[in-house]
Amino acid sequence: MTKTPFIKARAVSKTYIMGDQEVHALRGIDLDIAQGEFTAIMGPSGSGKSTLMNLIGALDQPTSGHMLIEGHDLSTMRPDDLADLRNRTLGFVFQQFNLLPRANALQNVKLPLRYARHRSIDADARARECLELVGLGMRMDHRPAQLSGGQQQRVAIARALAGNPRIILADEPTGALDTKTSEDIMDLLGRLNASGITIILVTHEPEVADFARRQIHFRDGRIESDTRRPR
Amino acid sequence: MKLSVAIASAIEALFANMLRSFLTMLGIIIGVASVMTMMAMGQGAKARIDAQISALGASTLTMRPGARRRGGRSLGAGAATPFTEADVKVLRSLPFAHLVSGQLNSSVTAVSGQTNWSTSLTGSDESYFAIHDWKPTQGRLFNAREVRSGAALAVVGKSIVKNLFDGMDPIGQRIRINNVPVTVIGVLEEKGQSSFGSDRDDVIIIPLTTARNRIIGAHPTTPKNVSRIELMVADGYDLKQAQNDLGEFMRERRHIKAGADDDFMVFNIADFIRARAATQSTMGVLLAFMAAVALFVGGVGVMNIMLVSVTERTREIGLRMALGARGSDIMVQFLAEALVLCGTGGLIGIIFGFAGAWVAAKTGDWALSISPQITLISLGAAVAVGLFFGFFPARRAARLNPIDALRYE
Ligand SMILES: Nc1ncnc2c1ncn2[C@@H]1O[C@H](COP(=O)(O)OP(=O)(O)OP(=O)(O)O)[C@@H](O)[C@H]1O
Ligand SMILES: [Mg+2]
Repeated sequence: MTKTPFIKARAVSKTYIMGDQEVHALRGIDLDIAQGEFTAIMGPSGSGKSTLMNLIGALDQPTSGHMLIEGHDLSTMRPDDLADLRNRTLGFVFQQFNLLPRANALQNVKLPLRYARHRSIDADARARECLELVGLGMRMDHRPAQLSGGQQQRVAIARALAGNPRIILADEPTGALDTKTSEDIMDLLGRLNASGITIILVTHEPEVADFARRQIHFRDGRIESDTRRPR
Repeated sequence: MKLSVAIASAIEALFANMLRSFLTMLGIIIGVASVMTMMAMGQGAKARIDAQISALGASTLTMRPGARRRGGRSLGAGAATPFTEADVKVLRSLPFAHLVSGQLNSSVTAVSGQTNWSTSLTGSDESYFAIHDWKPTQGRLFNAREVRSGAALAVVGKSIVKNLFDGMDPIGQRIRINNVPVTVIGVLEEKGQSSFGSDRDDVIIIPLTTARNRIIGAHPTTPKNVSRIELMVADGYDLKQAQNDLGEFMRERRHIKAGADDDFMVFNIADFIRARAATQSTMGVLLAFMAAVALFVGGVGVMNIMLVSVTERTREIGLRMALGARGSDIMVQFLAEALVLCGTGGLIGIIFGFAGAWVAAKTGDWALSISPQITLISLGAAVAVGLFFGFFPARRAARLNPIDALRYE
């Protein structure tokens, strides 16, 4: 079964200039990710995993090469269009959850819907739906400080889901969680993937990576291996 | 993002930092209170001046013999030929003259029973009351026939009733003015203090002829003299124009050669009061200056705290951008915070402004007048400061690069 690739990296390089020193975070990456794939990116610290995630997430631009999402070259898009793309197509899950501390779970999940343009979404209903989906229907008015780490990460996943994204980018989503909680989170991501959402995940833990059918290993800014597990 | 949502979350953000928000608002509060007090004072003073002008006759010209003071030298009124009743009569036929009244004034001692009272006497004709829009509260005024016949009648101000009659009904009572007995026929409505601080109700007004013939005495060379003529300009005539025309007419009538100085003066009371009021507005200027400084300092304070807030919340800004906020959304969010900060400061300032205006009205002795416009302008000043000083921090936030903001430590 071949799917049309809808995330494409072509000769993508990212070089940071630190004083008079150049740090080559990515050295000419070519990568295709098809719709509906569940991909885990692994590799040693500093090998460029987060850098690639930021480029796919339209948060940053490559030094050279092209990053395409659904056929759109990100380097040619205006900042506002990139913001709309992030709002509409992408969902982010961070290692440190990044919830607003003063807002409760429901308000946190509604946050991306504030920025939804040209779409009429009943933000409240949609946010409740997403929280139900991640199993937090009973915790909607809890603030982050009143939730466990795993629950906070589920709120963050609900937030990523709120805008109905086609891609979820999760950079070490289980990095701050224990094994049991990590498994719950991965089960959740697996279910989301089963519903058709493309998931790209960065992790250091092989058990976590095993939830993904495709595993890409990075080393020193290059792809070292790219393997698919049969269904 | 809707503005209402932005404002709601801005209010929340400010409450989260209540003390800091309040301290930041302080400058705005003082500024707005000053703006408001200043404008209320200006309006109150203007209302008072207008009241004074209309009390004295907004369209009245006053004419006296004597040259205008120049070089510290003054020809006293006595040196110039006085006006006469004939002048008054001729002036009445001028097209722009609605009412003309000739008067004589003198300081006198009035006696009723055992009570003495020093007061000022005005001898005038019946037009005087119409020109000054002065009505009796008790009794009546004297008429033209009584002026011609030199009747021994008097109309008195409220202060005379108080000081000479101990507040009792004076109608029909006799008073002796410099030993000449007259009968009180009317009491005039109260006018209060003049802008010069004198009591305008401390007067006795009697017919002109009675005053000249029996109390003050006629001018040695000019019988039927009057010391002053008041002319009320008819509707539809320009006051300034009338002032000039009257001057020209009198120069001709008094045979003053071209180039020679006038030997009389024509005043326009309204001008006189306005000129005096202008010198009183230093207080207003001071307040305006204070308001401007306070608003500026307040604005800089707001800008400073907004910059701090942007820095503190860099990661939050990055998160919002990752979730799809455009630069303009971030801009609106921070502008809303600056606006809420200044708007709240403005509202508190308005409360203090009311207090300030009230104190100013009390000490300045005028009616408290705070129009909705004043309140709106004051609030508008606060909002303008918020927009102006909030713009730079908001733009800085909006221009952050998403990934740099998100990874900011
Ligand atoms: N903003 C930056 N400025 C300078 N160098 C950077 C910056 N971001 C990343 N780098 C460098 O780029 C390289 C790749 O970083 P990246 O964050 O992608 O690593 P990573 O694979 O995600 O590592 P980890 O597993 O520790 O998260 C590293 O050497 C890092 O020091
Ligand atoms: Mg990383």
